[in-house]
Amino acid sequence: MKSKNLMKSIFKTIACCTATCTLAFLGLIETASAQELTGTLKKIKANGSITLGARESTPPFSYGLGDGKYVGYSVDLMLKVVDRLKVELKMPDLKYTIVPFTAQNRIPLIQNGTIDFECSSTTNTIERQQQVSFSNSFFVIGTRLLTAKDSGIKDFSDLKGKNVSTTTGTTSERLINKFNEEKSMGMNIIATRENTQSFLAVDSGRAVAFMMDDAILYGERASSKNPEKWDIVGTPLSREAYGCMMTKDDVAFKKIVDSTLVGIMKSGEINAIYKKWFESPIPPRGTSLSFPQSADMKALYANPNDHAL
Amino acid sequence: MAYQWNWYIFLQPASAKDSYLDWLLSGMLTTLQMGCLAWVIAFCLGSLLGVMRTIPNRAVSFLAELYVEIFRNIPLIVQLFMWYYLVPKLMPQEFRTWLFALPPASTSFYTATIGLGLFTAARVCEQVRAGVDVISSGLKNASLSLGLSICQSYQYVLLPITYRTILPPMTSEMLSIFKNSSIASTIGVIDLFTRARQLNEYTAHGYESFIAVILCYLIINTGVMLLMSQVERALRLPGTEGRV
Amino acid sequence: MLGLEFEFLNGGIFSALVHGMWISLEVAGVALAVGLIWGTVLALLRLSTYKTLSFLSALYVNFFRSIPLAMVLLCFYLIVPQLLNSLFSNAQKMDTRLMSALVGFALFESAYYSEIMRAGIKSVPAGQVYAGRALGLSSLQVLQNIVLPQAFRNMLPLLLTQLIVLFQDTSLVYVISLADFFTSAEGIGERDGRIEEMMCIAGLVYLIICFAASKLVDNLAAKSREKAI
Repeated sequence: MKSKNLMKSIFKTIACCTATCTLAFLGLIETASAQELTGTLKKIKANGSITLGARESTPPFSYGLGDGKYVGYSVDLMLKVVDRLKVELKMPDLKYTIVPFTAQNRIPLIQNGTIDFECSSTTNTIERQQQVSFSNSFFVIGTRLLTAKDSGIKDFSDLKGKNVSTTTGTTSERLINKFNEEKSMGMNIIATRENTQSFLAVDSGRAVAFMMDDAILYGERASSKNPEKWDIVGTPLSREAYGCMMTKDDVAFKKIVDSTLVGIMKSGEINAIYKKWFESPIPPRGTSLSFPQSADMKALYANPNDHAL
Repeated sequence: MAYQWNWYIFLQPASAKDSYLDWLLSGMLTTLQMGCLAWVIAFCLGSLLGVMRTIPNRAVSFLAELYVEIFRNIPLIVQLFMWYYLVPKLMPQEFRTWLFALPPASTSFYTATIGLGLFTAARVCEQVRAGVDVISSGLKNASLSLGLSICQSYQYVLLPITYRTILPPMTSEMLSIFKNSSIASTIGVIDLFTRARQLNEYTAHGYESFIAVILCYLIINTGVMLLMSQVERALRLPGTEGRV
Repeated sequence: MLGLEFEFLNGGIFSALVHGMWISLEVAGVALAVGLIWGTVLALLRLSTYKTLSFLSALYVNFFRSIPLAMVLLCFYLIVPQLLNSLFSNAQKMDTRLMSALVGFALFESAYYSEIMRAGIKSVPAGQVYAGRALGLSSLQVLQNIVLPQAFRNMLPLLLTQLIVLFQDTSLVYVISLADFFTSAEGIGERDGRIEEMMCIAGLVYLIICFAASKLVDNLAAKSREKAI
């Protein structure tokens, strides 16, 4: 008799747990909508902290120095937004945590709320706007190639039948695959997890070129062992704009981020930040990218907008 | 908005010539190819090592033991990375030039297959060793006293019995090899696991992508189990314990 | 030597690796604790007389043993953080990757531990249970004081071997970018362009730790066999 009672109570507990889990699971698929209605701001206020996102290694925009420290041009902009939020939400003790992500999982992590918003090197595209929202753009790039000076590659057309590396989850991956198919280039595309791995592929000789946004290529070159060995070549396959990524249709939050960025650009503060990361020595190796502001950049700073190029 | 389920994503085009379903199936094919090829390596090498372990020769036995200890105590992902990065570095430059000129998808695939095969061979070796050890010494001595050499006694007496006895653990090793093949995606093999990540990222429908991939793994799993149960039934030794 | 240079190693790298090792041990430890408890519960359910419970437990165990660990970790990381947030209210402050790794590992390993414990429970002679009941102990007391301790002792070598496998498997958190020992080593290797040297180090460290641990387990098994005789 007692064993039957024991079993019954175990059965009841398990049934309860399963029911709770199922309800929670189903409930959350609904709750997600409730969270989006009230917005990221409400979430930050309730938790007393904000979860930011950063890339492991996309210098000079967003990269890790080890020991959980993340720095970069985009990280500086992100922290300026946090400072603004402290004022707007009247939370002078607002804490932030930085969660690293890769190009592959950045959108799911924003969508499921793990990360509240991120500024790194995410391109604003029409397709992505269906899943997330973008702030005003803070950088404009062209997608080009990094290759050894003696490799003989001068443009995308020289890549016929060659091995090319790129990073999964980026616009460059889709572009190079499309280019490969449409022009029947017969390239072998090595898609790696992060930009450093793509660079490693070229460094070790597995790939002959690395396709990525030009600013990132300059950053990879500056943080490599032998920067003089590499050259950035090729007419850009595309021009793209970076924006901060946040939950879709969160109007109130986007307004704060946008106004912060506009304020920085109009006041000229952005030029100091640009100089710090693109024209001065940066960690970890103290080399400078020597990448002066392009005409596109100057135009963007003069007229901030959030259009996908 | 609440999550919208959409199972038709698999029929949408992923690129100019493939749909997402084609991606899923190609990933499954790669996983199957990798698993089968790696199993062949593991089985052959593992059997050889298992025999080496049980031969009376101390030096040979020690060599096999060294292999097993090395390949069992390093995690598979570390081993794959070592094969992919470290080994080409230690080879001469001509080897590297030849290797990197090959299509990268092939080099990743074969590197992963070899790594997976060698890793599993260590485990197969232990199974074979256990199987041989379990055979009564009476049988071993009888075969030797009949004039069979050690090699012949293994070939005609010991190994046939061993393989039949260790079929259940070998089935479990076969299942493991298909599961472990998912780790190959970290060195660039475009298998089922890579496709799961790609599907999630390209279609933004995580639930459908992952459920489909899990189903694929379950299908592979069930297929192997069914196959091996047929083999077990066909090869069962009369008089030994077995399921009816 | 062999084209590998180790001069780049410094204190910062060493501390990053030590921190990574702590994470590996933490994940393994939590997975062991929760896995054992939940695994024992699953084993008991599987062996119970209630067909439904037995079936559900078998379903759970077979499911988690059929899919790769990497899939489980990725699924938990990308799809289930909200679930964790609702069940554990302080998950917001915890690193989501660590949280999903802990939960994923615990649920996955409990399937394997449940199989070991099931064999262990079955290995306890039925006579022990009857004797316990005859002495007036309740089912729960028999379970708690007679069956489980013996099952656990019988299966200790297997449980410890599974722990070594678990420790090796923690390296798979690479797929969710959690900075355990292997992921830290790989990250440093990528960042400094010294991946070959770091892989050498990682392989050596794992080899030493797991080899030593497996020898300890063998000693333990030999000693307990001696005691039994």
